[in-house]
Amino acid sequence: MREPLAAPTAASAPHSSSGVTYGWLLGARHLPTDGLESLLLSLAAIVVAALLFGGFLALQGHDPVAVYQTLYLGAFGTHFSLENTLTQAAPLLLTALCTLIPARVGLLVIGGEGAVVLGGLGAVIAGAALGGAPGPIGTVLTLAAGALAGGLWIASAGALKHLRGVNETISTLLLNYIAIALLNHLVSGPIRDFSQTLKAQSWSIPDAFMIGNIPGWSVHWGLVIGLVVCSLLHLLLRHTTLGFSMDILGGNRRAAQMAGLPIGRLILLACFLGGAAAGLAGAIEIVAVHGAASESLVVGLGYTGILVAFLARQNALAVILVALLLGGISASGGLLQRRFDIPHAATTVLQGLIFLCVLASSAFAGRMLPRRSAA
Amino acid sequence: MSGTFDLGWWGVALAIVAGAIRVSTPYLLVSLGETLTEKSGRVNLGLEGTLVMGAMTGFATSYLTGSPWLGMLAAGVAGAALGLLHAAICNLPRVNDVAVGIALFLFGIGLAFYLGKPFIEPRGPMLPGLPLGSWSDNPAIRSAFDISPMFFIGLALAIALQWGLKNTRWGLVLRMAGESADAARAIGLSVDRIRTLATIAGGFLSGLGGGFLSLYYPGNWNEGLSSGQGLMAIALVIFARWSPMRCFYASLLFGGASAIGPAVQTVGITEGYYLFYAAPYVLTLGLLIYSSSPSRTLAGAPSELSISR
Repeated sequence: MREPLAAPTAASAPHSSSGVTYGWLLGARHLPTDGLESLLLSLAAIVVAALLFGGFLALQGHDPVAVYQTLYLGAFGTHFSLENTLTQAAPLLLTALCTLIPARVGLLVIGGEGAVVLGGLGAVIAGAALGGAPGPIGTVLTLAAGALAGGLWIASAGALKHLRGVNETISTLLLNYIAIALLNHLVSGPIRDFSQTLKAQSWSIPDAFMIGNIPGWSVHWGLVIGLVVCSLLHLLLRHTTLGFSMDILGGNRRAAQMAGLPIGRLILLACFLGGAAAGLAGAIEIVAVHGAASESLVVGLGYTGILVAFLARQNALAVILVALLLGGISASGGLLQRRFDIPHAATTVLQGLIFLCVLASSAFAGRMLPRRSAA
Repeated sequence: MSGTFDLGWWGVALAIVAGAIRVSTPYLLVSLGETLTEKSGRVNLGLEGTLVMGAMTGFATSYLTGSPWLGMLAAGVAGAALGLLHAAICNLPRVNDVAVGIALFLFGIGLAFYLGKPFIEPRGPMLPGLPLGSWSDNPAIRSAFDISPMFFIGLALAIALQWGLKNTRWGLVLRMAGESADAARAIGLSVDRIRTLATIAGGFLSGLGGGFLSLYYPGNWNEGLSSGQGLMAIALVIFARWSPMRCFYASLLFGGASAIGPAVQTVGITEGYYLFYAAPYVLTLGLLIYSSSPSRTLAGAPSELSISR
């Protein structure tokens, strides 16, 4: 059912320089030789970024080979570093979806950061309100409240887009700042735990609602939740009518209109699901790590998620690999700092370089491999 | 400001005005830069990275050479370099400018924190202010009217751009690239080159905005220096509907809104303090909702702009 219908959108998307097509959001995916080629392109981009970063390190007087060996060691080399990498990757699995799912309907949402905050706030308020509930039920409801809060937050941007034509990139950017101000306001007064004097933080959720670590690992269950959600979404987006409808809308809005698809509902749903994923990430930060909401929710999980989504070329399964790669890079920062006295920000430089190279590489999509006929 | 208390509510008003002027300058510089870039038909969402990079470069240069004005120049040049990087990648076919901006945002911040690590502790030479309050004996008034020359440079620039975009050849060329790339190509203009120059100029001004942060107010270099001014300036450009003079008024308004929180704190109002920080964003979102429509683009928006479609 997919293949024959995918061709017409492919013909229109990549080559139009102006006009309202959003094919670029999906990278090379619409081209006939998509799978293998986008993998090769991404790998090539990562290699180029690694070479550039190596040159940068060499300029600073470091030995790039030694640094990369240490980076590998700090990311995947030992049991401890692997645990660290997995912990770093867990929230990225979910925040990436906040950009990825709306991208399927042609929207560029960058509101993951705000949705994480809203998710954390929703979780804390629900968790505190549910006080005496039995542990597992409380945990599930707390997580659900976080997902709902994040989902509604981003869905409001989708509604503004559909009803008023407000650009979703700008509105979600603004919503990030509004969310952070809301967090600061709430934890400095209305939901503040005044017994905590060291820093402003909210009420804590009951201990019974906290989720622990995966047995044998010091990695919390949030990782498993992230993996399951990514896999389910891959199925939803790739193998259901709903996912296919979203792709039509993302590839060509006119075609979706002609086919009588419920455009408004698809946009709202995609935004809600994306926001819910990021909200869930925020709620997991609460039930697995912090136990209460504070500034610790605002550490760039949402912004890194955008990078993950683009690097995965908006493919939910590829998100898992990319999140591990970027989680690994972040995790190795501490070791790099200790061994070579390289500032922790080096990992951000490397991530930024990878992002730039991956974006630049999309210029070469469709030119690397001989194209099959579009039939 | 300790003297504020003596003046009571007048002190609050004074603090808001003084804060508006001080806080608005980086907004003004960055938003003028972004207006230039967006008028040419491209969005640079990476200006936050550019701003932080400019702040670091400006501070480091001032510290090493002893000249804050050389620092400002270096801040601008660093910003222009990041602008060039943005433009070079966006000139490739089928590359999305919004995404490149987000990448640049990450890259610029990473690079600034990496290279700026050694400069976090030191104090360097600062930009001098113009002592326009020297007529008064009140220390609060004197400090409130100690205004940076960069504010006036920004104002002059806003007036010049407002006039230049309408009345000069390059203003017309720039707007043409932003309104219809096809029309510009048809009369033999290189759209890519126009947009590259506009992005470099935008980066230069954003770099200056960063330099203002590290060399005048708050006047130091650390990793928490920028509180999102670069991103907010992008919202501000939309709020000002791509008009340089309205960028000036909007910068004052945004600056004033950020100054309300600290100012009312001095008279003992602490409730809802953080909500004032959200005021500019809520204002912008409200304006967007009010002035957008599903059937047409925002009034004043360049038609080639990906975010106004």
